[in-house]
Order: sequence, then structure tokens, then C-alpha cells
Amino acid sequence: MDRFRMIFQYFQSNSESVMNGICGLLALASVKMYTSFDFSCPCLPQYNMAYGLGIMFVPPIILFLCGLILNRQSLVMLEEWRRPPGRRKKDLAVIRYMCSSIMQRAMVAPVVWIIVTLLDGKCLICALSGSMDPEKFVGFANVSTEQVQQLLAKVPCKDDELMRNSSSRKAVSRYLRCWSQALGWSILLVLIITAFLARWLRPCFDQTTLLQARHWSNYIDIEQKIFEETCCEHSRLFAHKCILHFFESMRQEIKLHSFSLPRQGEGAEGEEDLLQGITDQDQVNKLLKTWYCEKPPLDVS
Amino acid sequence: MDKFRMIFQFFQSNQESFMNGICGIMALASTQMYSAFDFNCPCLPHYNLAYGLGILLVPPFILFLLGFVLNNNISMLAEEWRRPQGQRSKDPAVLRYMFCSMAQRAMIAPAVWVSVTLLDGKCITCAFCTSVPVETLGNASHPRLSQGEVQRVLARIPCKEIYNGQQLIANEVAVRYLRCISQALGWCFVLLMTTLAFLVRSLRPCFSQAAFLKSRYWSHYIDIERKLFDETCAEHARSFAKVCIQQFFEGMSTDLVAARCHLPRKAPADAGEAAEKLLGITDQGTMNVALKSWHRCKPPLHLHPPALPTGNAWAGEGQPPTHPSVPRRETAAYYSWV
Repeated sequence: MDRFRMIFQYFQSNSESVMNGICGLLALASVKMYTSFDFSCPCLPQYNMAYGLGIMFVPPIILFLCGLILNRQSLVMLEEWRRPPGRRKKDLAVIRYMCSSIMQRAMVAPVVWIIVTLLDGKCLICALSGSMDPEKFVGFANVSTEQVQQLLAKVPCKDDELMRNSSSRKAVSRYLRCWSQALGWSILLVLIITAFLARWLRPCFDQTTLLQARHWSNYIDIEQKIFEETCCEHSRLFAHKCILHFFESMRQEIKLHSFSLPRQGEGAEGEEDLLQGITDQDQVNKLLKTWYCEKPPLDVS
Repeated sequence: MDKFRMIFQFFQSNQESFMNGICGIMALASTQMYSAFDFNCPCLPHYNLAYGLGILLVPPFILFLLGFVLNNNISMLAEEWRRPQGQRSKDPAVLRYMFCSMAQRAMIAPAVWVSVTLLDGKCITCAFCTSVPVETLGNASHPRLSQGEVQRVLARIPCKEIYNGQQLIANEVAVRYLRCISQALGWCFVLLMTTLAFLVRSLRPCFSQAAFLKSRYWSHYIDIERKLFDETCAEHARSFAKVCIQQFFEGMSTDLVAARCHLPRKAPADAGEAAEKLLGITDQGTMNVALKSWHRCKPPLHLHPPALPTGNAWAGEGQPPTHPSVPRRETAAYYSWV
């Protein structure tokens, strides 16, 4: 029992840290995914906006869903929400607490992606270069409308033959990147301030409800884990008994058919107990065949 | 049994993490395989599509089958499915649960391959370069070429070194266009897979939670029962072997004593355990005969009750009459040889 106690204490103290760890790993994975992704703006008028905004918003949705899938507590919360009340009332405050903690953790990786994207700037340059006002930039001011759209769309592609050494391209690019980075830093600042205020001001509100909700959400999580552990232990004992019964019934069947005298040997008794009365190749073969063809019933009463 | 209990608890609590670990390793192996693979577009009109789609779809199929092969539980599922009913009824829900959990894990590496391939873009560029919309992307002023010529020129888009259609359509423009489409498809595919996984996982508690708990318990039970049965058989085999060999040595020792008309030497009372372990064989010649006999004439797989001290090695009495005659003949031959 000592061992169990140690394991359960570990789970209890560390279920929050396990979830925080997963959250951090996903955030790192998000940065890694962005750096290894080969961003390649199509530089075509209709496609730029779709591509740029798609790369900015679709991976965060994927990361959010991954954050929900990988978090064990989301299943626990769903089960608690959908179970019939039975003899235990459901506490909506607990479910709300669990839901909010799951959502907060799942939002970290998408926010990291969006911020990294904005600070890098490529996405916004690709998406918004076609919407720039050509009058502001020298190289594009005196060009016809259709041409200017084509040229603006090619701004994100540095290696394009038309854009290779164009200073207007560099100007547009710098302008958009500046906006992108400003937006990125502002979002980061706002989020950090919000997090700081939320954590600091929380004790000023209903602290007791919060403590209760946290306790009971932890309890539900641990109860689930212990139930699974107990089921494992039970199935192991059940299997053990079932197999012993099986060997016993085989031994009796063999006794019934073979009229062998009860053995009175002394020396190797320890070993022969383990043999369970099965001491012959044919008996062993019969035992194995019966195990496959006629598994014993699931009843060890 | 404590040791077994610890091991089985480890397996049980960690069986899921073990399988998830294998799953993750296969996904990493799949990305590694892709980066190590030297993609080589043929740049010929009809071959491009076949090559590109082949590289996109055949390795995932292989990885899917590999996912099943590497999963130990597949033999357990097959056994449970094909066994005769006997005294234990079969529950199709348990079989379905086992199959679904295996299939879900096996789908991860192929999905990773397809995503990485689409996000990289080379396959789609190779497969669909002949379908690029030349009218919208290409140069308006170019000499009219026949359909076949246009196809041949477009087919060379992935191979920059031999591309000769710069007047028809710029290589970078076409590659960027195809790559954009490929990456869009890739992200949509990943989004679709993630959404499916999320729905499968989150809709289950809303519907058949009780049935799910039942299937999960019994599928773990079948696994544990199989492992415990194997362990019990291994223990039984060990004891069987031990007794068999012990009886062999006793038989040898008795026969040699009988053949040489030696009185059985009584070991001094204080030599104790060590002398007992010698099993009556105490000189080089005897040992050599024992070893030769073990090789030439292994004892039958039939343990007889322990022999009486007077060395009556005929274990004829007490043998069940239903035994086939072959082992008995072996026994007789052995003794008459001596």
C-alpha cells in the first residue's frame, strides 16, 4: 500500500504541473513549427490575402484543438458534465472552474503562434501588400491600376525579377513590417497585463468559492485516476483467479480420466505443487488446446 | 508474486503511454523518412502525376500497415476474434474497441507523412504542374504552341535546370502558385484531422460512456489474462523441466549403481546439501555417461512419481492407461540399452 500512496501523492501534487508542462511543450512546438515551416507567399493579387491570413489563423485553431485533446482533464470535465446526477449532485461552479482552466492552458500555444507570426512580419506583409495605397510610395505612384495591383502583390517576393532591387518594394515591406511588429508587441503587452491583473486581483473576489472549486476539481481528477488503478488491480486478480481455476479444473479432469494414485513423494513436493498435476506432454498440449478452444467462463465465485 | 504485480501494474498503467510512445516514434520516423528521401520529379507529361501522387499516397499506406504490425495487440485481437466460443461468450463491443484504438494509433504516422508532404509542396508541384492556368498566370504574348508542346514545357516546371518555358510562364510564378495551393491543402488536411480527433474524443463521454468503460475494462482484462497465462505456463515449464532433469539424473545414477553392482554410497551425515545436489553422480566417468545419454536419448516428457529408494526404476505402476504407447516404448528401450 505504501507504494500506492507514494504514486497517488505524486499524481496529486503534480497533476497541475503535468498540465503546465504539456502547455509549455505545445508552445515550444508552435515556435518550432513556425520556424520550420517554409513560408512562401504566392505573390498573386487574389491569393495573397487568403494565404497570409490563413497562415496566421488556421494553425492557431489546430493548436487550440490539440491543446484540448492532449489535456486529460478535458475528458474528466466532460464526463462530469454529462453524467447522470445519480446520488451525487453536480456542482456547476466546479465544472466552470475546470473549463476555464482548460481553456486558459489551451490558449497559450495559439497565442504564441500569432505573436511570433506578427513579430516576424512575413504573414502581414503577404496579406496586406495588395491593400496598400500606391500614392504613398514613389515607385508605384505613376503606374496604371491593374499593373499596380500586380506589382504590389509581388512585394513579398524579394527574388522576383521585377522586384529584385526595387527601393519601393523595400519601402512597402518595411512599412508593413513595422505595423506588424507594433501590433505583435501591443498584443503581448495587453495579454501580460491582463494575466497580471487577473492573478493579482483574484484574491479580492470570491476566494472561498475558488478554493472550493479547485479542491473539488482536483478531487474528481484523482478519483478518476484511482478508479482506473483499482480496475487494473481488480482485473489482474480476476485473471489470476480465473487461470488458477482453469488449471485446477484441468487437473480434476485429468484425475477423473486417468485414475492415477495420489502421489506421496516428499522431495520434490514444492516443485510438484507448482506443476498442478500436469506432468505430461499430452496433458500440457491438452491444457493449451483447451485454453484456446474453450476459454473458461468469467466467473470466479 | 510481488514482482509480477509491480510489472503488471507498470504495463497496465503504462500500456497506453507505451503505445502512445510507439506512435510518436513512428510519427517522428515518418518525418525523418521524408526528409531523407530524395524526391526526384521525372519532369515528363504523364509520369509526373503518377510519381507525385504515388509518393503522396503509397508510403502512408505502408506506414499504416506497419503501425498494425508493430502493435502487439493485433495478435490478441485476432485470437479473441477467431477463438471458438466455448464457455465464454464473445463481446463484439470489446473487439470493436480494440480494433478502433489500434486503428487510431496506426493512422497517426500516415497522417503526419501526408501533412509534411503537402506542407513541403514538392509532390503537388510535381503532380499538377501541367494543370497550371497558363492564361491567367502566364505571359500574354507568347507564340502559340500545340497542346502537347505546352504540356511538355509545363511538365518541366519542377526541374529548374532544364526549364525552357520562361516566355510561356515564369518558373517562380508557377512554383509559388502550386506551392501555395499545396500548403493550403496541407493546413486544411491537418485542421480536418485535428477536428475529427477532437470530435471523436469529446463526443464519447456525451454518449456511450458506460459502454466505453465496460469495453475498456474487458479489453485490458483479456490482455492481462493472456500475459498472466504466459507467465504461468513459463513457470510450469520451468518446474516441469526441473523435475524431469532431476528424475533423469536419479534414473542415471540408479542404473549405473545397478550396472556396477556398487553399494549405494551413503554420503556422510554432515556433507548435507552439497552431496544431495550431486544427485548420486560423483566421478568423471559417470558424468560423461550422463551427458552422452542426455544427448542421445532424452527422457520422455512424462514425469513419474518419485522413485522408491531401492532403485526400482520401473515406473510402470501408476502410469495412466490412457497414455499413448510411444513414451512407454522409449522408456523400455532406455533401460534395456543400459
